[in-house]
Amino acid sequence: MKFAVIVFPGSNCDEDAYHAAKDVLGQTAEYIWHKDADLKGADVVILPGGFAHGDYLRTGAMARFSPIMREVQAFAERGGPVLGICNGFQILLEAGLLPGAMLRNKGLKYRCEHVHVRIEQTDTPFTCAGKAGQVLRIPIGHGEGNYFAPPDMLRTLEENRQVILRYTDPEGRVGADPNADEWNPNGSVNGIAGICSQARNVVGMMPHPERACEALLGGVDGKVILDSVVQSIRSGTLVARA
Amino acid sequence: MRARVFVTLKPSVFDPQGKTIADALHSLGYGGVEDVRQGKYFELDLATTEAAAARALAAEVADKLLANPVIESYRIEVDQS
Repeated sequence: MKFAVIVFPGSNCDEDAYHAAKDVLGQTAEYIWHKDADLKGADVVILPGGFAHGDYLRTGAMARFSPIMREVQAFAERGGPVLGICNGFQILLEAGLLPGAMLRNKGLKYRCEHVHVRIEQTDTPFTCAGKAGQVLRIPIGHGEGNYFAPPDMLRTLEENRQVILRYTDPEGRVGADPNADEWNPNGSVNGIAGICSQARNVVGMMPHPERACEALLGGVDGKVILDSVVQSIRSGTLVARA
Repeated sequence: MRARVFVTLKPSVFDPQGKTIADALHSLGYGGVEDVRQGKYFELDLATTEAAAARALAAEVADKLLANPVIESYRIEVDQS
């Protein structure tokens, strides 16, 4: 099984994602430069964290013009699993592959710490190895992770069960007002940490699962996200290939 | 012809930077500044000499790239230069 890790100028978590796929999961992994126009037979596409194109204009705004994004979009439309982590999530939003937008963190601080997220839905290729309600302790590192969707869009997201990860306390609880919850690190509306597309194969999340795959690095809770896509492809529920 | 595009967060979207700037101004004693909204300003030098065409082109690029319609709105001014 082959993971494609897209590398934009300014990506800085590409090596973490590559390492997790290759050395931790034992799969094939390949870096794909953003100017390439070929996903080289990948089964999974990861858009890694970082500051693609220097975050010019808006985070993720310029990356959608990179040639490889046409291929990523076509792959996603065929049902291929695409995971955007942190800046990769921001790119998916700006590219229109996921709904919504990112705002500056509510407290304006760049937040770099471990948070807790609860798995809300398990019928996506990146959460299927987890259990609904399972709490993951995963690091974040971002200044613009304040997920926003206008009320109508937010209602549709919740109705379609597209919110797949939510910030909670260590026991998986959300406060009375999830927008002001002390466990919500950035002010994301409804405490949203990750969403999927309507077809469920495109997933974006602000926390970094690839940085939480080894005990040596402080925890293995993120591994379930990457294990999920391996399981999903093996089970044959996903058939798209680049 | 020059078009100027002002992009700001929509009124319904919380602007944490604007709020922080307003708080800073208040701490400097400028209580008369009730609120601040931060935005972006673009100057577009356009080949056209028609004001209507300049406005239309500026609006098109604002919709396509300069503003994110989910969170931002924009205002355009056109003048001779």
